[in-house]
Amino acid sequence: MQPRTLSHLRALEAESIHIIREVMAEFSKPVMLYSIGKDSSVMVRLAQKAFYPARIPFPLLHVDTTYKFQEMISFRDDFVKSIGADLIVRTNTEAIEAGANPFDLGTQRCCALLKTKALLDALAEGGYDAAFGGARRDEEKSRAKERIYSFRDKFGQWDPKNQRPELWNVYNSRVEKGETIRVFPLSNWTETDVWNYIQLENIPIVPLYYAKERQMVLRHGQLIPLEHNMRLTDGEQPQMVMSRMRSLGCTYCTGAIKSEATNLTQIVTELTEFRRSERENRIIDHDTEGSMEMKKREGYF
Amino acid sequence: MIEEPKELLRFSTAGSVDDGKSTLIGRLLLETGSVYEDQLAAVAKSGINRSTGPIDLSLLTDGLRAEREQGITIDVAYRYFQTPRRKFIIADTPGHEQYTRNMATGASTADLAIVLIDARKGVLPQSKRHAFIASLLGIPHVAVAINKMDLVDFSETVFHSIEADFRAFAADLQIPLLQFFPVSALDGDNIVSKSARTPWYKGPAMLEYLETVPLDAGRNFKDLRFPVQYVVRPNLDFRGFAGQLASGILRPGDTVMALPSGRTTKVKSLPSFDGPLTEAFPPMAVTVELEDEIDISRGDMLVDPLRMPHVSRRLEAHIVWMQEAPLEAGNAYLLKHTTQTVTAHITEIRHRIDINTMAKQPATGLGLNEIGLVQIEAKRPLFYDIYRENRNTGCFILIDPETNATAGAGMITEAAWAGGGRRKQTSLQLEEGVLTPAERYKRNGHYPVTIWLTARKELAYLLERRLFDRGCQVHVLADDHETNLLPEFASVLNHAGVMAICSIASDDNSERDRAAAAIDRFVAIDPAELSTNDDHAVNMILSRLEQTGFLPSEISFDSGEGI
Repeated sequence: MQPRTLSHLRALEAESIHIIREVMAEFSKPVMLYSIGKDSSVMVRLAQKAFYPARIPFPLLHVDTTYKFQEMISFRDDFVKSIGADLIVRTNTEAIEAGANPFDLGTQRCCALLKTKALLDALAEGGYDAAFGGARRDEEKSRAKERIYSFRDKFGQWDPKNQRPELWNVYNSRVEKGETIRVFPLSNWTETDVWNYIQLENIPIVPLYYAKERQMVLRHGQLIPLEHNMRLTDGEQPQMVMSRMRSLGCTYCTGAIKSEATNLTQIVTELTEFRRSERENRIIDHDTEGSMEMKKREGYF
Repeated sequence: MIEEPKELLRFSTAGSVDDGKSTLIGRLLLETGSVYEDQLAAVAKSGINRSTGPIDLSLLTDGLRAEREQGITIDVAYRYFQTPRRKFIIADTPGHEQYTRNMATGASTADLAIVLIDARKGVLPQSKRHAFIASLLGIPHVAVAINKMDLVDFSETVFHSIEADFRAFAADLQIPLLQFFPVSALDGDNIVSKSARTPWYKGPAMLEYLETVPLDAGRNFKDLRFPVQYVVRPNLDFRGFAGQLASGILRPGDTVMALPSGRTTKVKSLPSFDGPLTEAFPPMAVTVELEDEIDISRGDMLVDPLRMPHVSRRLEAHIVWMQEAPLEAGNAYLLKHTTQTVTAHITEIRHRIDINTMAKQPATGLGLNEIGLVQIEAKRPLFYDIYRENRNTGCFILIDPETNATAGAGMITEAAWAGGGRRKQTSLQLEEGVLTPAERYKRNGHYPVTIWLTARKELAYLLERRLFDRGCQVHVLADDHETNLLPEFASVLNHAGVMAICSIASDDNSERDRAAAAIDRFVAIDPAELSTNDDHAVNMILSRLEQTGFLPSEISFDSGEGI
């Protein structure tokens, strides 16, 4: 008789599918945050599996800061169409028209306006009472203690001192009107798990994750891709660099890594050789000590 | 190259300030290559070093600001690392008495618990507390790390004396598998590899143990329990029941019973995104398509009719109380058990357990972080097992209806007979007591079906004899006297769990149709199908009952104990 043990990826898959279904069953209007990145791609695949043969019963929401890579946007549109999901795109157009950008505002203010505010507005406007996000606990220290069901008050804020105990696979979904939850089905996945799963399942991902020659500038020790007519400061010289993205965010705030990995196998192999963490290339995490925790308290994912 | 599949092991750690828990975890993370250079650099940059080593490993696992400032771990934090063999999820919990609820939370999903003991101090009340909580939450393996061996000169005597103390105390707990390790988390002795400083120690290093400890302890493949979580209905032609298997195995063709209706059917298929499955087992999250269209919704449970769970509104459970407002007899909470949420009352507090001495004390309530044994009565029947036999169907949470807080966690210790309370059954205006059809089914081993037999009376009695000999509760109702009440009589018998054979001489269809409409499980035998040979005719009827699923091919009796 075959031993009845699931591999770690299938066990994580089962846990995530259970979470996604539980939210769908117990909340009146869920939405899934779709950031176009690798974690979102895995989360969407899990949602497809959870409701098969039905289609995903909730919309995908993309908060577009307009500073995303063009390759991300075209990938998003093709991908969403190919799986027959509903997509909602929201932008804080008011702030964009007022000229919001990370250079003049600083990354903290820029994130607060273009990401956090746009997100909170979109959630309020849609009347969503539960929003799935692809965050993982291994990403950043403050995430290690976040629950799978993360409660937000009427202002979308997180109180790390007052989290509900979460036992077994029994989730408490009771909320008052106006309160919402953020749900993290990938909480127990690591970066390695995500890549191994993408490879195992052959999940389509944005080509930016694959290495190729790209125009870059070196800024504060980070390789920043040249996009959206980025302003160059004195002495910055664009150069072609064989590189790829390890983690995707806004163009100016996501550093690339030098890499020769042009396919999934090479990416997975490269991953085992990394000596630096994934979010090191995400400029927003390092604004100040504990900056992710502060953003989360304010309502950031 | 796709990586070789790994197994997943979840373990919890509990420890108090200074017993080296964070250092132990930091060591495991560091030595399995799970800490990146920039994270190490951030720790070094923090300027804090409470350890005597070059770098304070415990800082790797301190999450929130308040904790960094106060130097304590106040909440459950989850950590991850992997080796070529396994992926590990650590639920890292604080060890102080005021964090009992956090320890219970971390322990709830763990296959294994690491309990830390300071070799200089021996078995302290806090070590006992950690072991007790591990036992209460049903963790099958407990690894006792006797830490700071470097401070007692790696003394074999010290190690064995602590082991003996711990074993003596743990004998009263239900811990199936205990293992002891002499370690120094600070220096790394016996953590990842065997230490040359403990030549007398013959066991494995901790990591080797974590990589090889068997995972099947505590997993139940015997008793099918499939709590229905969500109904997948993309179109009128497909109706699938989605859920995560709590225990047991599901295969196409298996006979399953839906609770609470007590109806049986067969599994038609297990469709999935990756193609139909031939088998599903826990913890898989699957979708089940059934042969018959029976009314099933979220909160129902598919089970093996021959291995039923307890079906009752009452239960007794250990509760870990998790909120300030105390649990008191008479209070009402929302009880969430598998996919069902019902209102439940605390009927009695049997005792409180002192978590340091494990002594049972009389109590009128349970405060925050207290543990006790209580009796609970729910508004609707729950389908449950004893926690020790089935963690997934033996656990529940209590939710405070005022604040929505998760107020308590429950581990069912014993089933209690249902009693008191009545609810109206709409059909036939029969008062249904608190015994559910499923409980009667469990006692009798078969369904209370009504068989409508338009044939000679002798055939009805012969059928009754054959059913009786197979272990069924059965009664013939013949139309000699009052034909117009047969459906009502049959219904009463069925309500009592008894099979009714309605024997009719004439083919008066109006009575038959009335019975068919009023009775849930109704089989009418067409006289034209019946052989003139009595034995053949009875065999035909029996196989018909088996095909419909109303009669199991083999009846298993339940003595009634512990329903």
